[in-house]
Amino acid sequence: MPAVELTKAESLKPIPFGTGYKLIGHDFSTNDLVAKVTGASRYAEDFRAEGMLFCRLVLSPMPHARVKRINADKALAMPGVKGILTPSEVPGHANYVNDNGTMIKADRFSELALADEPMYQGEPILAVAAVDELTCAEAIEKIEIEMEPLPFNTDPLDSLRPGSANAREEGNVWVPNPPPSRESQLAAVKWTDEDFAAEREGKLPMGHAPEEWSYGDLDAGFKNAALVLDETFSTEDVSHQCLEPRTTMAFWQNGKLYLYTGTQSTMQTVPAIARWMHMPEDKVVFISEYTGGGFGSKITGALTLVIPALLSKKLNAPVMMRVSREEEHFIGRARPGIRARTKVGFAKDGRITALDMFLVSDAGSYGSNGDGGACGQITSLLYQPPAMRWRNITVATNTLPRSAQSAPGGMQAIAIIEPILSKAARKLGVDQVALRRVNCPEGKAQYGPPGPGGKRAYVTSCYLKQALDEGAKQFNWSARVARPKQSGTKVRGVGVALSCYHGGTTGFDGLIVITPENRVRVYTGIGNLGTEAFVDVHRAAAEILNAPWSAVDIVWGDTSKNLPYSCHSGGSQTIHAMTRAGHAVALECAQRLKEVAAKSLGGQPVDYEVANLRVARKGGGAGMSFAEAAKAAIKLGGIYDGHDVNPAVNMYTKHSVAGHAGEGLVASATDNYPHDGDSFSFLACFAEVETDVETGKYHITDYMGYADVGTVIHPAALGGQVLGRSVLGMAHAIGQKWVIDPQYGITVAERFYTNKPPTILDVPVDMKWNALNIPDPETPVGARGCGEPPVGGGCAAITNALAEALGDNIFQRVPVNADTILTSYEAGRPMQNPFLAHI
Amino acid sequence: MSESDDLKQNDGATKTVTRRNFILGVIAGGAVVSAASYRFLAPSRRQLPGAGERLITLYVNGKSRRVDVMKQETLAWTLRYKLGLTGTKLGCDRAECGSCTVLIDDVPYYSCSVLTHTVRNRQVTTIEGLAAADGKLHPVQQAVVDEQGFQCAYCMTGFIMSAVGFLKTNPNPTRAEMAQGVSGNLCRCQDYSKILDSMMRAAEYTRRA
Repeated sequence: MPAVELTKAESLKPIPFGTGYKLIGHDFSTNDLVAKVTGASRYAEDFRAEGMLFCRLVLSPMPHARVKRINADKALAMPGVKGILTPSEVPGHANYVNDNGTMIKADRFSELALADEPMYQGEPILAVAAVDELTCAEAIEKIEIEMEPLPFNTDPLDSLRPGSANAREEGNVWVPNPPPSRESQLAAVKWTDEDFAAEREGKLPMGHAPEEWSYGDLDAGFKNAALVLDETFSTEDVSHQCLEPRTTMAFWQNGKLYLYTGTQSTMQTVPAIARWMHMPEDKVVFISEYTGGGFGSKITGALTLVIPALLSKKLNAPVMMRVSREEEHFIGRARPGIRARTKVGFAKDGRITALDMFLVSDAGSYGSNGDGGACGQITSLLYQPPAMRWRNITVATNTLPRSAQSAPGGMQAIAIIEPILSKAARKLGVDQVALRRVNCPEGKAQYGPPGPGGKRAYVTSCYLKQALDEGAKQFNWSARVARPKQSGTKVRGVGVALSCYHGGTTGFDGLIVITPENRVRVYTGIGNLGTEAFVDVHRAAAEILNAPWSAVDIVWGDTSKNLPYSCHSGGSQTIHAMTRAGHAVALECAQRLKEVAAKSLGGQPVDYEVANLRVARKGGGAGMSFAEAAKAAIKLGGIYDGHDVNPAVNMYTKHSVAGHAGEGLVASATDNYPHDGDSFSFLACFAEVETDVETGKYHITDYMGYADVGTVIHPAALGGQVLGRSVLGMAHAIGQKWVIDPQYGITVAERFYTNKPPTILDVPVDMKWNALNIPDPETPVGARGCGEPPVGGGCAAITNALAEALGDNIFQRVPVNADTILTSYEAGRPMQNPFLAHI
Repeated sequence: MSESDDLKQNDGATKTVTRRNFILGVIAGGAVVSAASYRFLAPSRRQLPGAGERLITLYVNGKSRRVDVMKQETLAWTLRYKLGLTGTKLGCDRAECGSCTVLIDDVPYYSCSVLTHTVRNRQVTTIEGLAAADGKLHPVQQAVVDEQGFQCAYCMTGFIMSAVGFLKTNPNPTRAEMAQGVSGNLCRCQDYSKILDSMMRAAEYTRRA
C-alpha cells in the first residue's frame, strides 16, 4: 500500500478519494445491504423459538420509592401466566475480572435490571411472563405492589440549594475517587445562598465544585484581553430514541444461554452478559446480526437483557421481551444536559487569551458520567486556549439514567463555546471564519492539563485549518456573508462551527480464514450498527491481500461462529482500530500464504507475492491458488491451520482460532503498531438559516460539513456519518428534548411526537459534505473514525447562524424553538430561564 | 365461531361498552400501566371481551393467506407474528415513525394502526413482496443498494414502501417533493441526505423500469 509522505501541514491539500488504492476510498455496496432492502435482515424481535413466551415490564410510577411488598398470587393463578421476576431474583453487584486480568470492584451504586428502590419514574421493578402479551397485561393489573415514596429531586441546580432534597439517601454529588479505584462515591453538597446570588443577575451560580484542573496563567490571559465575555449557557438532556427498542429474546439449551438483542459490540457483549448474569462466558451464545441504532446507548447491549434470560431459565422456555416506545424512552438512556458558565478572554484578532469554564452536569439516577470531563478536554483541544481552568460538579437526580451519546461531552462543549466565539467575532468586528482560524488546533495539538509527568496530551495530527479553508470555499462563505440579511419579515444568518471528537483506539485483533473454496473469510466481532464500519474496515485487509472484494466474505453477529476480539462500534473508534487490526492480520495472512507456497513449491517466502487469490513467485513462475494454499495449510497443520495460535492475540481470539482449526489457512494477529498521540477527528461545519421574526419559525436552508478524518475508506458511508451525525447535532439545536414535571418527578414527553427528533422536512434537502483525505501519520491505513466528531458542529453551526440573524440576546440554552425567538426578539433579551432543567 | 355469531357478539358488546372494554379494544393514547397499551396486540383469548379470533383470508404479496386474527389485531402484528413477514418493523406502534409502512392497494399505510380485518379484500404488499420471484430487486431496492442508502436500516423497509407508493403518484419528483413523499417516516440515524439520494435514484430507476 502506498504511504503518503507528510509535508508541512500548511502545504497539504485535499487528496482525491481512493488515490493509490484499488478498494480503499472507492464506493461499494456493503455485504449486509441486500438483506436489509429485502426485509431478510433479522433484528432481535424477528427471531422466534418454539414455545416462546412473552414478558412485560412493570415500571415504577414514582421517581424515587421503595418497593415494600409484591403480591402476585392472583396473577400467578391466571391461566397462561407462567411466572414473574422480582428484583430479589436479579443477580446483584459483583466484582469481575476483565479480559486483561484486572479485577474491577463492584460498584454498589450501579444499576440492576429490576430495582427494589427505583431511582426514577419508569424504572423497571417487576417482569411478568405469560403465553402472550395480553395475558401479561391482564396479570399486571392483578399484582399488588406496595411502594413507599422517598424524597426526590429532578433538577441538578435545585439539588445544590440549601435545604433541598437529595436524589439518593447517601447524597447528591458524585465525587471522584483517586485512581485506580473505579468505585463511585457520593457526597452531600449544598451551596450557600450567597453562592446563588449570581442567579438573580442571570448568571450561573458557582459554588464548590469537587473536580478541577487548570494550566497556563489565567489572570494574565484575562488581563491582556481586548474583550472578556462571561456567558451562561445550558444544553438539554436528549434521549437516544434508537428506532429499534432494546427488545431481547433468550432461551437456554444444553446449559448455554442463547441471547438475541441489539448491541454495538458482538464480542464485548458476551463478558457483559456473563457479568450481569453471574455465569461463565463460555456458556453464553450471543446473536446480534443487525442493530437498530445505538448512538452509545447499546455499547454492550442493555442491562435489561438479563430479564428474559432469567425468566427463560426459571420457566424453562424461550422468552421474548418486547420493549415498547414508552419503555424505550425510560430505559433507553440519554445525553446529560450541562449548565455552563464560561468566561473567555479574546485578543483584538479574536485569539483566545484565557478560558475559565464552570459546569454543572446532570448525572441522572445511576452513577457519574464523563460528559463534564470530556467537555473540558474537547474545549481545550478545539479552541487551544493558552490558559484554561475547568471546574465541574456532577449532580445525581431522579431522572432517567444517562449514558454516552454520540460525542459525549464534546457535543456540549461545542454547543457551549461556539456561541461565545460568534458573539466575540461580532463585538471585535472579525469575520467568523477568521476568528476560528486563529484559534484552530494544528498538527500534534496539545490539550488538557499536564499529566502526572508534567507533559500535556496531544493528538496524532490535525488539519482542521485546511478543512475550514476548503469548507469555507465550497460553502461560498464570503458570498453568503455579503448578501443582504433581511427581506421583509425574513432574516437570514450564516454560521460556522469547529467540531471534533475522539477518532480511534488501538490493540484489537483480526482473524482471516483462507478456505479450500478459494474464499477470503473475514471474521469480525464488531457490532453491526449501520455505520457499515464493520464491513468497511476489511477493505484494508483485502487491499493488502490484493484480493477482489467479490471473493471476501464477512462473518459477523453470532459468537458461536468464533469471532475475534474486536472493538465495539462506539466512540468513533472502529475505522481506526479495526483497519489497524485488519492491516495486521492481512500482513500475517500474506506471510503465512508465502510460507505455505515456499514449503509446497520450493524457495523462500520472500520469493513469493500475493495477488488475485494466488500466491506465486515474483515475476511469474510457480504458484498456487488460495484454495490450494488452504488445502496445503490444513496438511501442514500447526500455526497454518489454526491448531496453533499466534500467541500475541487476545484470549477471546485464541478460543476462536481454535474453533476454526482445520478449516483452511487460519491467520490471526493483533494491532501493535506504534501510536504516539491520541486520535481525534475534526470538522468545520457551516449552516445557513432563515427565520421569520413575525412567527419565530425558522428553517435550516443549507448545511455543509468538511471533515479531517484521515484516509477516507468508504466515501458513501463517511458521508452518512458526516451528515447523519450533523443532523443528530442539529436536533439539539432545533427542538429535540424531554420534559419532566419537577413537582411530581414525572416524564411528560416519552414519545416521538413529544420529544421531537428531526424529520426529513427539518433539514435542508441538499446538504453537502467533503473530506480532506489526508492520511493520519500514526496509523498504517491513515484512517480515523467520524461517528461523533460532527455532532457538536451540527448543533453549533445552527445556533451560530441563528445568532447571526437575530443577535446575541435571544437564547441562553438549546433547543431554540419558535417561542424562544418570538418572545426574546420582542423583549430584546433571552426570555427562557437557562437554569431550569428538563423544560 | 361462525361469522354471524361473531356479529351478534359484536352487537352485544357495543350496547354494553365500558371504559374497560374500550381500553381493551382500541389504541390507548398514553399508558396507564406500561403493558396496558399492548393488550390489543396479543394473540387470541376467547374468554376476553373482544378478543375472539376468526379465520380470514388476506391477500399478501400476491398470495392468499388464511390466518386467524383477533378483531383488535393490527396488520403489523398479523404480518410479523402470524405470517412470518418480519421485514415490517415496529418502531413505535402508534403511527409516529413509519417503520411498519406497507402498501394496501398500492397506498402506503402504517400497518401498526390498521386493523387486520379491515384489509380482507385488499391487496397488501410488504417489503418481502417487492423483489421479483427470481430475486431481481425492485427499482427502489436496487437504488438503495447502489447509493449505500440508510444506516441501521430499522426504518428502511418502511421508507422503501412509502417511496414505492409515492412514486406511483408522482414518478418524477423534485428532491423537495420526494422528501415530502417520505416525510411520514422517521430515521433515527438521521441519514436523510443519503436516503434522499437513494430515493431520487429510485425515481429514476422506476421511470426506466
